[in-house]
Formats: sequence, structure tokens, C-alpha cells
Amino acid sequence: MKFTGTDSYIANKDLQLAVNAAIILEKPLLIKGEPGTGKTMLAEELAKVLGTDLIQWHIKSTTKAQQGLYEYDAVSRLRDSQLGDKKVYDIANYIIKGKMWQAFTAEKRVVLLIDEIDKADIEFPNDLLLELDKMEFYVNETRERIVAKQRPIVIITSNNEKELPDAFLRRCFFHYIQFPTVDEMQSIIDVHYPNVKQKLVKQALEVFFATRDVNGLKKKPSTSELLDWLKLLMVEDISPEYLHDKHSKGGLMPMFGALLKNEQDVSLLEKLAFMSRR
Amino acid sequence: MLVEFFLCLRKHRVPCTLRELLDLINALKKQVIFADVDAFYTLSRLILVKDEVHYDKFDRAFAEYFDNVQSVDLFDESIPENWLRKEFEKHLSAAEKAQLEAMGGLEKLLETLKERLKEQQKRHAGGNKWVGTGGTSPFGAYGYNPEGIRIGQDGNRSFRAVKVWDKREFRNFDADTEMGTRNMKLALRKLRKFARTGASDELDLDKTIQFTAQNAGMLDIHMRPERHNAVNVLVFFDVGGSMDEHIQSVESLFSAMHSEFKHLEFFYFHNCIYEGVWKDNKRRYKESVDVMEVLNHYGRGYKVIFVGDATMGPYEITYPGGSVEHQNQESGQVWMNRVLNHFDKSIWLNPQPEQYWSYHHSIGIIKSLMSDNMFPLTLDGISQGIKQLT
Repeated sequence: MKFTGTDSYIANKDLQLAVNAAIILEKPLLIKGEPGTGKTMLAEELAKVLGTDLIQWHIKSTTKAQQGLYEYDAVSRLRDSQLGDKKVYDIANYIIKGKMWQAFTAEKRVVLLIDEIDKADIEFPNDLLLELDKMEFYVNETRERIVAKQRPIVIITSNNEKELPDAFLRRCFFHYIQFPTVDEMQSIIDVHYPNVKQKLVKQALEVFFATRDVNGLKKKPSTSELLDWLKLLMVEDISPEYLHDKHSKGGLMPMFGALLKNEQDVSLLEKLAFMSRR
Repeated sequence: MLVEFFLCLRKHRVPCTLRELLDLINALKKQVIFADVDAFYTLSRLILVKDEVHYDKFDRAFAEYFDNVQSVDLFDESIPENWLRKEFEKHLSAAEKAQLEAMGGLEKLLETLKERLKEQQKRHAGGNKWVGTGGTSPFGAYGYNPEGIRIGQDGNRSFRAVKVWDKREFRNFDADTEMGTRNMKLALRKLRKFARTGASDELDLDKTIQFTAQNAGMLDIHMRPERHNAVNVLVFFDVGGSMDEHIQSVESLFSAMHSEFKHLEFFYFHNCIYEGVWKDNKRRYKESVDVMEVLNHYGRGYKVIFVGDATMGPYEITYPGGSVEHQNQESGQVWMNRVLNHFDKSIWLNPQPEQYWSYHHSIGIIKSLMSDNMFPLTLDGISQGIKQLT
């Protein structure tokens, strides 16, 4: 089992090493990076390569750690008891398995994605310490111990909105996905759009990285935005020459809506373009 | 060797613990990587560093440690000699090249180097030799290792004049540097106090179950209010004068705070707090608010943050009538103390770099007034300050 990227996902050397180390040493891998650098994609592609299932646990601000283990549906048991259902005598009927339980008891070694862990409450990671460390937990209601048949490959992503507790971090490996360089970007584009004109890509990349370098942008465009933008350029059949002209003479790039997601950014670039025209 | 590396990291204040060192050793044991310094760099960073904020410190520590011990595996069959030579010439200045000619040319030098290395190989079984910089060998003099060129052991045997860890790509992430809004928000987020207040609109399941059970099965529903961040913050911003040069950092702090705290009140002052502060900078002379009123209005539970450079004449703080703008009846010191005594927790954030603090007498006075709770307006400083507030 060695991960080297896939046909549709380019992973640089560092990331490959990080993933492989996490697989071999059976440690959770915490991935951080700018939005749009393919953090969530990594887990999907990894599951594809390893030919195993991906169990996704998307974290929201209201998610509790307990929900990842199991939930006890007390309300429906209550209702059943008042209806006189026979089911009510077995508490196990009302235990709903969470994502981590599913991952622990899966037949194959699965990939468990805990997506955007920083969205949850500050205490959330602390509540998962033992579960991630020992890969086991205890169900109070049925008095049974759930132990992982094999340790799942755990990928955790974070957008850095909250700082994670030290005790949690110590149990993870950490990798920061850096923004791709021009060459890496080129190969990412090649993977996604094999038939695109190279001249257009070159020009587009130039505009893209120049835009990213503008100081004071609220939201820098990222890989996924570049890919969308390129697609639009291809659909609209915009020539590289036109793109070049626009860029060098000053003026917003065509289809800027795909790259800039904020009206302040658009007006900032407009102002800059206006200044360079004069 | 790893232990020393570990200690070196600790020296550079990379927060890593024994557990992580053991993980690293375990990874090496399992042969995740093999004899590859670059991969070791990545792996050790993966395991030992848990926040990109510390990447820069890690890079520096790594460079320091591995500048002293450089693995050299020269003249393995697979290094083409002319390629090696070219690499040498790249690093020589014209003067050095001339000097080199006098020594008998590069040819001869390489010959000697080769012999020297062979000798070393015999003496040190295994073939690798840790070569330090400097020393009396002629190679040092000709720029063999002035920048720590490494002839490594990766597959392509490539040179890298500047190593990854020497590029210090993560310098921007270092917590000691001043940062933008987003990062400030991160620092401010630590100031949280969850509380359940307001209307009860959430079903308290546990309580409901408990009471229903006690009620012998008759439903007894209990509600509770939702949790939210209930921290109250009061900020005083210094405006005008010497603060002009810090406008950008203060602005980003302001916008970060604005989006982070629900209960945020802010006032402006100039240089030091006197009897009046104001809410709108344009109308400051007309619509100032009495500080006494502020104290009466906001309870002692409010967390108070002063933002200012505290750079002024000492008399502006200590003497009545010392203010540069108006005739103040009581000294700034008195007013400051009044505010500080009213609130439980307060800090002062200073945009002035910390190393200059000692040159301004007034900063020292304010700092002692604040009982040392003055922090630089950097990400690190904010974090420390917030810790003080919580």
C-alpha cells in the first residue's frame, strides 16, 4: 500500500510521504492548507487508490464527538414504549451507529475522513482523544466495548478557524499543503483538462498567479477556482492573445467572476487595472 | 543523534514532546524513509511540528543542526566527474579560479580530494563520513562548502545549492511577525466564554429523559437556552499623533475584533485616558463620553483592551494639566487607575515593536500601571494577552 497520487490527483513528494507515513504508522493525519488546495479530495482519492471505502464525517458547528461514536435514540424508544412495541425491551434497537463505529467495524481497512474539524466546538477534538489513540470506545447503554478490527486510515482536515488542543495534535501527524507552484499547477491542469491549448494555459496561469500576488485581496483565488475559470475560458473559446492583451494593457480578466468571489476584490482589481492603463 | 536533534528543536522553541520523538524513531524503525535527508526533513516535520506557525522555527533548527553534520558520499560510481566539476566552477569567483590555476588546476585538486576521501573511506568502514565545514583541507579555501553544498544520497544525486530548510518558506507563518486580520481572528477566538443565557429554545434531552423516568413514563419536557459566546469586550483605541504609523495593524485588529465578538464596545482616546473618551472620531470634541459614565455603564466583567503605542511625554500621564489637547483636572494616571480598578481583567496592546519599549519612558510608566499586562500587537502578543484576559 503506497500512495503516489492518482490520475486525477497530483500529490507532491511531501504529501506522499505524509500519507504513507500515516498509513504505515497508523496515525491520524491532520491536513491544513488554504481553501481549495484539495484537502478533502485527498481522502477521496486515497480511498479510490487503495480500493477501499471512504467514510466521511463532515463536522458542523453543532456536531458533538459522541455523534461520531453512536447515538441513543431515546425519543423513539419512549414512543415505542407508549405504543407497547416489543422492540422496546432491547436497548440495542435504539443505538444508532456513528461514523467512527462504522469505520471501526468495517470488514476492510477504510479511509475515515473527518472533514473541517475546526468548525466544531473547541472541546470537540479533546473528546475524541482516546478514540483516535486506542481506536476503541465503550457503549454505556449496552455495556459493550467496540474495538477497531483494523485501524482505519484517518484523514482530518482543518481550515485553521480554531486552534486545536495540544493533546490532540500530539496524537496526529501534521501536514500543511502549500499552494502549488506554477509547475505543479501546470500538471494539475493537465490532469483535469488534457485537451486544453497549452498557450492558453500558460497565459491563464500567468494571469492567475499575478492575481494571487495582488496585495490586499480578501480571498485569493485557489486551485479549484482556477480550474473553473479555465473551463469557462475554454467554453467561451477565448484566445490566449485576447487574454494576454487584456492582462498587459490593464483591465479585468474575462470571466473574472470565476476567480474573484468578493465584490471588494473585483473593485480593487478594477482600480489597479485603471491605474496601470494611465 | 536524534536526541540531539530533538534538543536542538527544543532550543529553537519548537514545541515538540517526547511522545513525538518516539513516534519519529518508530517511523525510522519501520523504514518509512531510508537514507534521504530531504525525506527525513519532511518526515520529522510531519511528526514533530503540529502547526505551520512553527515551520520557520523548525527550518532554522534543522539548518543549524544539519550544518554541523553534513552527510557526504562523494565519488560513488554514479556521480559523473565532469558534472561535479561544473558544479564546483559555479561556486568559484574569477579570483578564486585564478588562484586555483596556480594550485595546479581543478583537475589536480579533484584528484587530491578523491584520494583524501578514499583514505577516509578506509578508515571509516561504511563509507559515509561526516564532514564539517572549515578545517585545514585545501577544499575549504576554494569554496567547496561555504554555503553547505550537499552531495546527497537521493536517487538523482542532485545538488541543491539552497536546501529546502534554508529557503525558510514558512517565515510568514511565524507567530512573532505581525499578521493580517484572519490570523488575528484566530488569536482572538481564544477569548471565549460559553454560557447559556436567553430564551429556552433547545430541548434538554438528558433532563427530559431523567424527569420522564422519574415520572414513571409520563412525558416531562425540559428546555434550555442555547450556548453562545458570552464574553463582553470593551476596547479603547488610541488615535492620532504617533499612532498614524501603526494604522494598518490597528485597523486589521479592529476588523478582526468586530467580526469576532458579539458584545464589543469601543471608544477612542488620545495618548492617555482622561475624563472623556469618544465614539466617533470625527465628532470627538462635540460628543465625548464621560469615562465615569462608561465605568457606571459597563460591569466589571467586561474584558478591557487598550490599543495604543503609549509613546508620549511622561507628564501626559503623571501631571494634572499634562494632556496635549486640553486642560485636564486630574492626571492620566488617576484616570487609568480608576478604569483599571473598575474592571477585573485588562490588557494593553502596543503596536510599537517590543525591543523599542525600553527607550520610551512613558511606555514603562503605562506598563507598570497595567501591572505588566502590556503585549506587542503581534499574533503572539495578542495570544498572550488573550490568555491573560481569560
